[in-house]
Amino acid sequence: MKKFLTSTVAASALALMLGMTSVRAEEAVDPNAKQGGAITITYKDDVATLDPAIGYDWQNWSMIKSLFDGLMDYEPGTTNLKPDLAESYEISPDGKTFTFKLRHGVKFHNGREMTADDVKYSLDRVTNPKTQSPGAGFFGSIKGYDDVAAGKAESLSGVTVVDPYTVKFELTRPDATFLHVMAINFSHVVPKEEVEKYGADFGKHPVGTGAFKLTEWTLGQRIVFERNPDYWHKGLPHLDKITFEIGQEPIVALLRLQKGEIDVPGDGIPPAKFQEVMADPEQKARVVEGGQLHTGYVTMNTTMAPFDNVKVRQAVNMAINKARIIQIINGRAVPANQPLPPSMPGYDKEYKGYPYDVAKAKALLAEAGHPDGFDTQLFAMNTDPNPRIAQAIQQDLAAIGIKAGIQSLAQANVIAAGGDKAGAPMIWSGGMAWIADFPDPSNFYGPILGCAGAVPGGWNWSWYCNKDLDAKAAEADSVVDPAKAGERNKMWSAIYDKVMEDAPWAPVFNEQRFTMKSARMGGADNLYVDPVHIPINYDNVYVKDVQ
Amino acid sequence: MIAYLGRRLIQSLLILLGVSLITFALLYLLPADPVRQIAGRSATPQTVENIRQQLGLDQPFAVQYWRYLVKLISGDLGRSYIQRSEVTELIVSRLPASLLLMVGAILCELLLGLSMGLIAAVRRGTATDQTLMVASFVGVSAPQFVVGLLLLYVFAVRLGWFPIGGYGTWRHLVLPSLTMGILGAGWYARMMRSSMIDVLRQDYVRTARAKGLARRAIIFRHALPNAILPVIAMIGIDIGIFMGGIVVVESVFGWPGIGQLAWQAIQRVDIPIIMGVTLVSAFAIVLGNLLADIIAPFIDPRIKLR
Repeated sequence: MKKFLTSTVAASALALMLGMTSVRAEEAVDPNAKQGGAITITYKDDVATLDPAIGYDWQNWSMIKSLFDGLMDYEPGTTNLKPDLAESYEISPDGKTFTFKLRHGVKFHNGREMTADDVKYSLDRVTNPKTQSPGAGFFGSIKGYDDVAAGKAESLSGVTVVDPYTVKFELTRPDATFLHVMAINFSHVVPKEEVEKYGADFGKHPVGTGAFKLTEWTLGQRIVFERNPDYWHKGLPHLDKITFEIGQEPIVALLRLQKGEIDVPGDGIPPAKFQEVMADPEQKARVVEGGQLHTGYVTMNTTMAPFDNVKVRQAVNMAINKARIIQIINGRAVPANQPLPPSMPGYDKEYKGYPYDVAKAKALLAEAGHPDGFDTQLFAMNTDPNPRIAQAIQQDLAAIGIKAGIQSLAQANVIAAGGDKAGAPMIWSGGMAWIADFPDPSNFYGPILGCAGAVPGGWNWSWYCNKDLDAKAAEADSVVDPAKAGERNKMWSAIYDKVMEDAPWAPVFNEQRFTMKSARMGGADNLYVDPVHIPINYDNVYVKDVQ
Repeated sequence: MIAYLGRRLIQSLLILLGVSLITFALLYLLPADPVRQIAGRSATPQTVENIRQQLGLDQPFAVQYWRYLVKLISGDLGRSYIQRSEVTELIVSRLPASLLLMVGAILCELLLGLSMGLIAAVRRGTATDQTLMVASFVGVSAPQFVVGLLLLYVFAVRLGWFPIGGYGTWRHLVLPSLTMGILGAGWYARMMRSSMIDVLRQDYVRTARAKGLARRAIIFRHALPNAILPVIAMIGIDIGIFMGGIVVVESVFGWPGIGQLAWQAIQRVDIPIIMGVTLVSAFAIVLGNLLADIIAPFIDPRIKLR
């Protein structure tokens, strides 16, 4: 993956020299892929909404990607950015103006051609407070955002339609993450006439430019996607039809997969059955393992005694036996020593982290003035395996004299406690942990480690606020030139190393993803653990048994 | 009769009002902020406040409750916070499945329970009686989650007689109905047994026996119709137990009813759906009890409406 990344960067650098434009060749389609066929995916929960401005959970995130497109996207199975509805883009030398040239002849599912007006409309819509988009904040660097967010303007002054196939973005500051922002679902392009027709129910009647179109939605039972024959990317998608069956418990889904009734259980392999599946060579062969942009961590409230003492926080870092915790979840993770997961650009391979060292941890506690430990509370979400992990942490802490009572609560209650400055001394993040919105190191900082997140109701549950690091983060994000991406990643590595010195978190593990599929499913393995498509990349997979 | 009905209707309305107030208050006091849930983790404080204002969640409790009631009277249960669809639409689309499951479950529990009770009563004191009563005990106390998974494993996975969960044909209905029915069957077996024993002790049964009527005729023609009526009158009250059971059973079998809807909503703190499903269930229970009370005197003339 690393190799891939540098080659893209090099290509972009070259392109930059040649008039600041990055042009790309048409991407190849898997030559072995067969055309046609249908697959069935199961899910336990109802699909919330398929409106790209609103949908923000694991289930609808990937479905929306198949119904809609944005200006940018990622190469299938990787974290490498590529133009999508844009044919090319241009970044001004100061990093504050992005100009996108759109593809010609891209059609919405209703037959109308997509133009630059639709791009502008979609961004005006997602930032309008009336839309109640959870993603509005991603667009904060666009000129005019503040007026739209405050309800003072209906339209972003920084987005200009130059001609039907050119759209220009002016930013208030150089923003290195802007191309990623143009790839997240919230910036996907929607047709105005359909949004106005359905109003608040657009999420139930989605119309986009994507590889599939919605043909059936029976509430609580099934959703059917069918191939968009006019999809601009010739040769895609491979499948004719995808049926999502809703309301299936993961354990029932696994039984049905074993009987050959379904193709992918969307909620994954149930933990209780994991070892059984992996012990059977035939089943194991159909499981694809991959990294995930996820870190599980223990937060320590740095504003609350005794966690306001850095030595206490470092002691906790040394007290936790990560290997044993990973055993509890059947080895479905790798130990973590820093906030960023290994598959994220900016991950510091050289950094060793805090060793598991009970004696040293005790010594640090004594230095901090707590030779006999202290009493505290550890909050955790109440669904398996989190209470068991919390118990393991409790035992590890007891070994250095810290007596932690466990508060095992519903997800929403733990989140509420974390967002309250006096709410929770320690939180095990399992089930609520940060998973990146886009594959960029900055995404692990602002909301969960930066000062901006250390506010009531925020996600910075350790209430760690280091103004100096905030300034460094802003500096790193102003390095827009793709040629300097390596330099920027180093800046971010340094920021996270400094975070670890202050130890507001004890990183515990990075979860691995395991996607199980039926024997008839084909396509490269990385499509089944695609970093931005969970569970799978619907547009690029195929079935082997079509005639 | 009319006065009685009027009084009962007013009582029922007051109960529903009470249920709505208590549920609304409990959800209001919940230490989880629904706006945070909607806004997601990347939302800026400004976005959060915008959403709070638009949903009217910045208003005091009394105002929020009053607004909810006013809309409720016009049949508007609001929009789901997470799914963003009309709650009424979500519930209406799922009610038929729950009603179908209810009918299936009632058939199962009556068929199983009444026959078990009947046999036990007739064979009173024998090993058959004891076995059946132990079985009914197990039925009453077994967790439905476990029963459901066991039935699924044996009859769907191992034997392949029925589909593994889902909805659509009569074959899909069998296992979930049975799971729900086994619980009720336990109760009905015990009630049927005591009711039948009671009837078998009556003078008219002794008279029939003295006349030399066949045992079969006595049981089926004379005793059964009298013993069964008070048991049947319980069905209305059963709806309450049923409403509790569907949350579990519908989740196990992937049955697209309102129980599953409620379970998902609880997990996601989707308050409008929780309120809606609670009110619909409360309505069903109140209605069931009302019907049971109205029908009772027709079945058993000893009962009088007052």
